[in-house]
Amino acid sequence: MSMPFYVAPEQLMRDKADYARKNIARGRPLVATLYDDGILITAENTSRTLKKISEIYDRIAFAGVGKASEFDALRQNGISNAEVTGYTYSREDVEARSLANQYAQIIGRVFTHEMKPFEVEILVAELGHTAEEDRLFHIFYDGDWSDDEDIAVLGGDPDPIAERLRSSFKKGWKLEEAVKASVSALAGPDRTLTPDVIEAAVLGRSVGRRAFRRLEEAELAKILGTPAATPAKRAAKASRASEKAAEAESADESN
Amino acid sequence: MTVPLFPPGEGPGTDFVGLLRKLGHDPLPQPAGQGRTAAEVTHGTTVVALRYTEGVVMAGDRRATQANTIANRKMDKVFPVDRFSAVSIAGAAGPAQEMVRLFQTNVDYYEKIQGRALSLEGKANQLAQMVRSNMGAGMQFGLWVVPIFAGYDTRRQVGRIFTYDMTGSRTEETDFDTSGSGGRDARTTIKLGWREGMVRDDAVELAIQSLYEAADEDTATGGPDVVRGIYPMVALVTAQGYQAVDEAEVAERFRAIIERKSAEGHRP
Repeated sequence: MSMPFYVAPEQLMRDKADYARKNIARGRPLVATLYDDGILITAENTSRTLKKISEIYDRIAFAGVGKASEFDALRQNGISNAEVTGYTYSREDVEARSLANQYAQIIGRVFTHEMKPFEVEILVAELGHTAEEDRLFHIFYDGDWSDDEDIAVLGGDPDPIAERLRSSFKKGWKLEEAVKASVSALAGPDRTLTPDVIEAAVLGRSVGRRAFRRLEEAELAKILGTPAATPAKRAAKASRASEKAAEAESADESN
Repeated sequence: MTVPLFPPGEGPGTDFVGLLRKLGHDPLPQPAGQGRTAAEVTHGTTVVALRYTEGVVMAGDRRATQANTIANRKMDKVFPVDRFSAVSIAGAAGPAQEMVRLFQTNVDYYEKIQGRALSLEGKANQLAQMVRSNMGAGMQFGLWVVPIFAGYDTRRQVGRIFTYDMTGSRTEETDFDTSGSGGRDARTTIKLGWREGMVRDDAVELAIQSLYEAADEDTATGGPDVVRGIYPMVALVTAQGYQAVDEAEVAERFRAIIERKSAEGHRP
């Protein structure tokens, strides 16, 4: 029988944190901002099938960056919890705060007890009945969480993106302005992002009972004033992407 | 109840009923022991559905009965399931309402987990399973639930109607169907008035007429309650989704029927 080497707990935690941070930073970032009708979430996403943003409940959305398989398991858990609560009590009793808490506990427990921490950072957004009640719960890889005000930025190197978004942020701005600012904040000064690599969705007070709505490519193209990618162009892009994926040596699930 | 993070492969997948069972709660329990029909059970009565050019119309009266008394005058029997489908219920109110809630949740749950809505036929089959699982309660206590499911099939671009019997047998109706104690009278009215290619107004009018005639013959079916201003519920499901018909329009149509009948001079 071999004895494991002694590793100081501080060192262990630091190593895990470094590991998680490094892998999350490899993925593309995601931003959320409040606008006059609710909450807008925008992400850079080249995949047309893997979604980073999704619906949890009538007024709650989920967004994640990092390892896709992990945040998808968390997404499903969130939907299950929300639906069970709504079914047991009432739809009004489903709230994002307890969901964020549950996420923080799951992620925190894995961080301390398991060999490998979750390589994810997630956002739980809740649409209030008024703009003052809109909430952005931001949960980190170690189970820490914060209640972000007006904007939230997830993923690698968030500070410059947050700075760019905050400098253009206006309380109660329109959806069009919010989309443009979010996209340019994600892109940075040296790039422009086209609608086919953007995934965006809103929780809108005017949408209906289920407030979650995706902004489709055509709508994004109209807002950004760029032509939507034609199907041919998209197919070429997809095949390029799959070649690239085949070239990559290790299967990389980072999204 | 808190849902744990299931290890890969051990989750309930897209099945909400399965999820509840994993948490130790059976939403569709089978009654144990011998029983007999309880007369005090609240019953909902007449519901109808018919197809027209744009989709389907679904309607139901508002009366709930307990034996020979009126239990409620304002019960809803027509419910949206999701954006493109609706369900209406006749039978024992308790299990029926529970079934509707479970069905709505199940359909939503599938759509959110999967990122894609169930097909109309998939939803119809789900409901069949729930009706079947209620069979024990029906056999022992007479707590039958007989729903009608209808919706707009976005893939085939047509309105479709599915009906059930007490054992969960599911059949698709081509044109219309009715259920509940006044269902037979409603059916006769629709049968005489229905024709291919009906437009919205004609279809809504026929549904309303059928409920009027059902209420005229069946004591358990509520007619237009002019005194309290309570009218049957009518809803449409089309390519634009589920939409309830404005109560003012329903009231106006009933008023016209009453006026016409009165002018005819109380003949049967």
